Amino acid sequence: MKKSHIFIIVVIAVAVAIIVSSTNDASTYVTFTEAYQMASSGKSKSIHVVGDLKKNSSGKVIGIEPGEDKVSFSFIMVDEGGKEQKVFYNQPMPQDFTRSEKVVVVGSYKGEDFYAEKILLKCPSKYQEQSLNAGV
Amino acid sequence: MIHYFIGNLGHFFVITSFITALVSFFSYFKASVVQEIDKKEGWLLNGRIGFYVHAAAVLGIVVTLFIIIKNHYFEYHYAYSHSDKKLPTHYLISTFWNGQEGSFLLWMSWHAVLGIVIIITNKFWEGPVMTVFTAVQAFLGSMILGVVIPGLEMKFGSSPFILLRDAMPDPIFTVQPDFIPRDGAGLNPLLQNYWMVIHPPTLFLGFAATLVPFSFCIAGLWLKRYREWVRPALPWSLFAGAVLGLGILMGGYWAYETLNFGGYWNWDPVENAVYVPWLILVASIHTMITYKNSETALKASIILVIAVFILILYSTFLTRSGVLGDASVHSFTDLGLSGQLLLYMLFFMVAAIALAIVRWKEIPSSEKEISTYSREFWIFIGATVLCLMGFQVLVPTSFPAWNQLIESFGGVSNLALPGDQVEYFSKFQLWFAIAVGLLSAVGQFFWWKKIDRKELANQLFVPFVMATVGTVIIVNIARVYHVGYVLLLLAGLFTVFSNGKILLSVLKSNPALSGGAIAHIGVGLMLVGILFSSGYSKVVSLNNTGMLISRQLSDEFNRENLLLFVHEPREMAGYEIEYIGERLEPRHKSGYIKKSDIEYTDDPYTVIAKKDITFRDKLLYKAGERFEISTENTFYEIEFRKNGKVVFVQYPRLQVNPRFGNMASPDINRKATLDLYTYVSAPMMEEAKDDWSEPEELTLRRTAQFFANDYVATIENISRIYELAGQQIDSSFVAIKTEVLVRGEKQDYVAEPVLIIGTQSRGGIIPGVIPELGLKISLMNVHPETDELTLNIFTRQKDWVVIKALEKPFVNVLWIGTVVLMTGFGLAMYRRFREFSLMKAKGQE
Repeated sequence: MKKSHIFIIVVIAVAVAIIVSSTNDASTYVTFTEAYQMASSGKSKSIHVVGDLKKNSSGKVIGIEPGEDKVSFSFIMVDEGGKEQKVFYNQPMPQDFTRSEKVVVVGSYKGEDFYAEKILLKCPSKYQEQSLNAGV
Repeated sequence: MIHYFIGNLGHFFVITSFITALVSFFSYFKASVVQEIDKKEGWLLNGRIGFYVHAAAVLGIVVTLFIIIKNHYFEYHYAYSHSDKKLPTHYLISTFWNGQEGSFLLWMSWHAVLGIVIIITNKFWEGPVMTVFTAVQAFLGSMILGVVIPGLEMKFGSSPFILLRDAMPDPIFTVQPDFIPRDGAGLNPLLQNYWMVIHPPTLFLGFAATLVPFSFCIAGLWLKRYREWVRPALPWSLFAGAVLGLGILMGGYWAYETLNFGGYWNWDPVENAVYVPWLILVASIHTMITYKNSETALKASIILVIAVFILILYSTFLTRSGVLGDASVHSFTDLGLSGQLLLYMLFFMVAAIALAIVRWKEIPSSEKEISTYSREFWIFIGATVLCLMGFQVLVPTSFPAWNQLIESFGGVSNLALPGDQVEYFSKFQLWFAIAVGLLSAVGQFFWWKKIDRKELANQLFVPFVMATVGTVIIVNIARVYHVGYVLLLLAGLFTVFSNGKILLSVLKSNPALSGGAIAHIGVGLMLVGILFSSGYSKVVSLNNTGMLISRQLSDEFNRENLLLFVHEPREMAGYEIEYIGERLEPRHKSGYIKKSDIEYTDDPYTVIAKKDITFRDKLLYKAGERFEISTENTFYEIEFRKNGKVVFVQYPRLQVNPRFGNMASPDINRKATLDLYTYVSAPMMEEAKDDWSEPEELTLRRTAQFFANDYVATIENISRIYELAGQQIDSSFVAIKTEVLVRGEKQDYVAEPVLIIGTQSRGGIIPGVIPELGLKISLMNVHPETDELTLNIFTRQKDWVVIKALEKPFVNVLWIGTVVLMTGFGLAMYRRFREFSLMKAKGQE
């Protein structure tokens, strides 16, 4: 076998190893129900849940509660399967939170509560207003 | 009145630029395929004129858009969405590329500039290279066309010259079609930073520069000049490598100064999307240099040069099509261009790969087996490591695109990036970085000398011993024993020392060739700098009080953050630190202002100085002067003292913006060897500030002394006033103001409660607040008959802030390494460009 063949085989092997390890380490998008089952079956890996903030009939976000000393907060999120879940976040409310159209929480269940380590927001149009506001 | 003309002019320029790009493309294409000399000249001239007109049109778009932004024509969507009247001129410039349309425009402008340089510097290559260039320009131009094809209902591009009323279906426009908002929505305050003025143009110049080697490569394949394209392309690859690298680092530096994730690199998909093409670009530079010297690695160069440009297009697609939406905090939005972007990427990908496959058999390659002790072998290994390093980042970054692809075929894929991206990517990239370090140390020796095993060991002995000694010393001082970190340190130092040795010998013989050695020293320094600043970084704001900050927060948060009350000193990082209070920043002068020294007016940005305001013994404003402040920013003044003397003061910032939310930015105390990086991890929110106790009612003589929240207070003065916050008080009211002096630990404060008495029991009570002491005093009543007055005293917790602070040793080594690397790139580029010029003078190009 030529040296260059060995070289090519090694490169391919490393590339395959990279792909396999990436997919193994990858987190997944799941619903709260699946996340709960995963947590109860002992898998503690943090996962992504996509959903919306709970809104009342007039479209106002409800269920946001500041923590006792106003440094953390919790909110109610509705996942894509329609399940409502209270989510705790150990930090002050992030930018644009209530304006967001969709929320992705990264975290895991601890008991009955979902603890988010990270919150990603998808805003309808991050740097563009949907309607005119002040100065009118 | 709506300024229609300027928008129509802009739109005219957009269409002109698109059409001239097509005309120029066709002419250059013809010039490259016709054989007759005179026809060729004619087509070339056409193409050239077409491109100059195109460049002029692009300049026209830029100028027109800037006029719209500069003159605040808010009837235009772009000006309304990205700017407001308060932005200073240099940030109006960043407004320009804040929107997607503007950033496409920026990219196009650089292409136009580079195209002109190509036309001037090339003779033979002008036709074929510009054919590729103009094709790319036409695709980019279509992104800002904003034309809807009638009948098909297909929108091409998004124009920056669209009117607000067409972009936003707000009901006001049906009532009042000529309505113009008085002010714009403003620029994201996070982007109001000098790095954001120069980072995007640098990055896009790097993007644009990668098109040049790609065009030469395609031209070479097309005209069957398989060998000749490398020489003119190489200086451009080096240029692109330097500029793109600099652009990436500038983005990192901005993040370091502005965002509070504690570093300069977050492995966010948007960052990865430019990091990967840069690595492949550097790999392609290595294979091209190998080819220039030994006629090997030509095929590899072709593959890599094409891959770089495709990856640039792919990164554009990832970041702008909305695919990353769920995965990135940057979350760009879809302007409806994703189809067009996909087409753009696929067109060049398919065309380039098809051309390469058709020509593959004809591309010359050397058949001889390369020796393990040849420089070609080691450089090739180096390039391979760089490619795999990029591949490792590319795979997880592509998960969102992969999910969409599977879903479009009806499958289910729900892969997501690992929760902790920094930890995940660092785990792999660390080992690649070690390999890069070792290879750039060893590979360079092969480069300069044809050596065998024994000679190599001789040459490497001294640098290796120096690196080992350095590593042992540093590891023992820093006490970080992580195996990967130790090896990275060794690899980095080894690169620095061995390339230093090469540099010395090259400088003696031929200094013009020193670019490679200098660039690799830069790489070594960067590796060491990255290791120091992240691997050796440590949290210094440790909570040693034994008390939790809050039971609701995690143990980690409670352990690694400090709660500071106003004027209650704490120990941190060898300093005595003391939180002094919240500060505001004037818009037009530098300095920080106490909230209690100013009075607000109706306009939220304009305030009046209550007394002479000084900052560091310099008078900023006289009492009664009106000036503007940046209301969205609050700074937290923290004094750092040693032996009772103030060493420095930090002002970490919190930005509260109703439109963009909260954002903490650090303040960094920079020393040559150590950065102290402090940011606000939990501020006292407004709710907590209004959490007052039940009042304590005191009736006192007008000269009495009393205790308020345990501080000694005296009533200094009581008087009738006729003006309040710059407003005349109606004569049917009587307003009485008391001045209460409160002696704090550090300084005296004055609270000025006001009582307004009107007829028929109308009136009001305006309390005086001293937030630093957690004290609010209201004047409830005056009793002239007994010479007494009644005060209500409210108390709350004193102002506090929770901070987190990190020590980052030797971040400067990273920044210095970057500069050294860029210098190396620059020297190499100069050398390669001279080679090309000399050959051109001989009539070879």
